[in-house]
Amino acid sequence: MNNKTMQLLKVAFPFTIPILAGYAFLGFALGVLMSANGFSPLITIIMSTIIYAGSGQFIAVNLLTAMFNPLGAFLLELMVNARHIFYGLSLLDTYKQSGKKRWYMIYGMTDETFSLNIAVKPPSYVDKNWFMLAITIMNQIYWVLATGLGAIFGSFVHFNTKGLEFVMTALFIVIFVEQWMKDKRHYSAVIGLGVAFVSLLLFGGKNFLVPAMIGIFALLTLFRKHMDISVANKNDGKEVARIE
Amino acid sequence: MMGKKWRALNNTQLIITILVMALAVQITRFAPFLLFPADKPTPKFVRYLGGVLPSAAISLLVIFSFKDVSIFAGSHGLPELIAVAVVVALHIWKRQMLLSIALGTIVYMILVQTVFMATNL
Repeated sequence: MNNKTMQLLKVAFPFTIPILAGYAFLGFALGVLMSANGFSPLITIIMSTIIYAGSGQFIAVNLLTAMFNPLGAFLLELMVNARHIFYGLSLLDTYKQSGKKRWYMIYGMTDETFSLNIAVKPPSYVDKNWFMLAITIMNQIYWVLATGLGAIFGSFVHFNTKGLEFVMTALFIVIFVEQWMKDKRHYSAVIGLGVAFVSLLLFGGKNFLVPAMIGIFALLTLFRKHMDISVANKNDGKEVARIE
Repeated sequence: MMGKKWRALNNTQLIITILVMALAVQITRFAPFLLFPADKPTPKFVRYLGGVLPSAAISLLVIFSFKDVSIFAGSHGLPELIAVAVVVALHIWKRQMLLSIALGTIVYMILVQTVFMATNL
């Protein structure tokens, strides 16, 4: 490694320490969970490399242990990760100046990496585009390592993992609470809860997702006039920082 | 719950599902950059969805987490209820994401491995 790269890593690393802590914990738990469900560490590592999305991969454990339903898996992942569209819109201008580097930076745009890259100001002697690239790469390395180590640990060390799947539930609940406290109005969250719950009662656990997604989309479209005002003064892309 | 449930999928189906999920996730990341050049205004409806979908999607995921919980059988959803209460209370109190998740999970694991062991499905 030449001096410039070393300097870049030295400057960027401290910014990523909170992400390192979060990814280490969640990634390790995800890895153990994957192994407990019979997946080899290699599968976990491949998924962390090509999917690289926290809640997306927790959901994937469920999708990969259910019946074969690629369309349902596709739609659910689309919905779960739809917030990335919003991040992308916020970073259009910033990433446009990053040349070819931006293609990897888009690929690795998780909640956490977004929250750093939208806000950081590197010292003047470091190129901002290389800096954002370094952050994106380091964060993905943490995730791949943490999930991989968890998976290897889980495949060697056998302990009673019953109930460990609650990590995913707890993660979603925490994000929900955070989102709830951040939102000025709760139409969208209530629509999500209500439609999903009714759909679960009507269609049952195996089939409720697609009707729920259609229902949520329809209601959000229908109530747009009502809710647009609340959206305007909510997320303007500066305060989104959470574990994915 | 553990065991080798994923054998429900054969290897081809497993690979297809993983690729399809990767495709979906990456579409959500690349779409804005491919569809909306930075020098043109983004359609209002897309911006609207970007604002409201995250809350709705996370609500859907919360319900999704409980899709296999039965109120009328087994432990009647009690361990879930207790653990969720722990997570919510702890998070409102401390707002430490990892602390809320870790403690909530430990509480749940203890509940289903000891207190509610006999009633598990």
